[in-house]
Amino acid sequence: MTALAAPPTAPGKDGPPQTPPPGRRLRKRGAGRTMKGGWLSYVILGFALLISAFPFYWTIVAASRSNADMAQVPPSLLPGPNLIKNFEQVLEEADIGKALLNSLIVSSSITLGTVLCCTLAGFAFAKLKFKGRGALLTLTIGTMMIPPQLGVIPLFMLIAELQWVNQLQAVILPGLVSAFGVFFMRQYLVQSLPDELIEAARVDGASTARIFWSIVIPIARPGMAVLGMLTFMTAWNDFFWPIIALSSQEPTVQVALRQLGGGYVNDQSVIMAGTLLGTLPVLLVFGLLGRQIVGGIMQGAVKG
Amino acid sequence: MSLTATAKAGPRRPAGTGPGPDDGRAAALRRTWRKASPYAYIAPFFTLFLAFGLFPLLYTAFVSLYRVELQTSGEMEWRGLANYTALFSDEFFWTSLRNTFTIGVLSTVPQLAMALGLAHLLNYKLRGRTFIRTAILLPYATSVAAATLVFAQLFGRDFGLINYVIGLVGFDPVDWQTGTVASQIAVSTIVIWRWTGYNALIYLAGMQSIPHELYEAAEMDGASRWRQFIHVTLPGLRPTIIFTVIISTIGATQLFGEPLLFEGSISGGISHQYQTLGLYMYEQGWGFFHLGRAAAIAWVMFVLIVVIVGVNALIVRRRTRKEAGR
Repeated sequence: MTALAAPPTAPGKDGPPQTPPPGRRLRKRGAGRTMKGGWLSYVILGFALLISAFPFYWTIVAASRSNADMAQVPPSLLPGPNLIKNFEQVLEEADIGKALLNSLIVSSSITLGTVLCCTLAGFAFAKLKFKGRGALLTLTIGTMMIPPQLGVIPLFMLIAELQWVNQLQAVILPGLVSAFGVFFMRQYLVQSLPDELIEAARVDGASTARIFWSIVIPIARPGMAVLGMLTFMTAWNDFFWPIIALSSQEPTVQVALRQLGGGYVNDQSVIMAGTLLGTLPVLLVFGLLGRQIVGGIMQGAVKG
Repeated sequence: MSLTATAKAGPRRPAGTGPGPDDGRAAALRRTWRKASPYAYIAPFFTLFLAFGLFPLLYTAFVSLYRVELQTSGEMEWRGLANYTALFSDEFFWTSLRNTFTIGVLSTVPQLAMALGLAHLLNYKLRGRTFIRTAILLPYATSVAAATLVFAQLFGRDFGLINYVIGLVGFDPVDWQTGTVASQIAVSTIVIWRWTGYNALIYLAGMQSIPHELYEAAEMDGASRWRQFIHVTLPGLRPTIIFTVIISTIGATQLFGEPLLFEGSISGGISHQYQTLGLYMYEQGWGFFHLGRAAAIAWVMFVLIVVIVGVNALIVRRRTRKEAGR
């Protein structure tokens, strides 16, 4: 057998911190292979990049043209002059402005709440001893593989009972439940928070709360940042639950896009303008922090 | 007073030693808090988890035995297994089950195969490696809704770019919306586009944790690059492959946004030709207001996922074992 990517460790068994906390460099020396790629690798990868990026380029093209342009053969492949006009139209027709604001509120609240809850719980699972720790962690990880869609009907009945339908908290509160987040933070802290540090603080008479605030949070910050980015992206793009819990009066961006695509607007270039507006914020985040997101996904993959 | 001494005993105090005779009240309190305080740290998560995570999951099975209508979701009328019998006698249920399976295979198999190939290439020393990795992940950052709306236009019958390109090569235009196979291929394409890069990165992470010495040893034995891939990379990636297969299978069973927005109808095309189980559930629950029926579908989906994941994991395990053992 080869040395594999560490499978999820059995809950309740903390290994000693073996590796230093993952820093900015993704590549561990001495692992993997470092051969030079030939020209063919570049060609194939270039092709893959083209396919990845083309729909974005085409969205910009379509959003900056008129509906008449979209019904032409051959289709135009260069941006046109209508971008601002289409933006104005989509803001008017589909209330994208309100949707963007709602998405921002929802995604930020979910991100803050999730990172906080998961850091607290992750710390407890990683470093504190208490009865039922293993069982609770197993329960949490066990639900990681169960898609949230399966609980959607009772969840909707619950929201209806609370009279939250069409209110943002209906999307925010269920969005805070991230079993993955707890697991992620626990793994992160097991690896990067030395037990000795906590012991030393205890000997100095620090309370757990004090330790959490002055030691755990500073050390956990990089992990919290990665979890925050992934959570924000997921929350921004979430589709299934928001279209059930919210309606056109209180839409998130995804709900608004659904209305755009649902025959409500027939102008193809306006639909694309809305799509572009709805995607831009995430693309901005990605443009700024793409590297860290790549790192986060790769770290999460090796450990889980 | 030895008060401070006992308080300092801290967490390492052996279990079963009760408070000593000269223990003060403050120390006892502090000890109790030591024992209880971890629960305060997991409380916020678990409160939400129980209310919005675990309870709905378990309650689904219960709801599926009742008649619950959307408008009056507070009233429940016992129906026993009637929701299930109605489900199994509905031809559209079987259609959507079949569609879920074909679209699942059509999207998952090429996606993972391509991801494996891409990861292999990304593992070489390349110029602009970070840029390539980030760019390849771009589709993952787009929402289902945005991606589907764009692809729906690219797949347009009369003015879509894809038909135009096909025309250049000399084929007749394809009706991507109405043809059964064509529409399923189109929906699968959206899934493949969004997830291939993500899976490639996961494989890449797995590849980078395979010890370098193994490749060196294989090189010494005169193994070609291809044989190294088969005998070193694949066995080393086994847990990662199982992981992606499970994740992708769950994703495929849940497919919902793509078929819903491909034309914007909740029936998944004119003759339900690409309606998936997820969309069928939505149609029953929020199109026809039968929440009980929808819960039955959710429960069937769950059983399906468990079965498929189990079978998948078995196949992958046996395949990689065979390859490793050769």
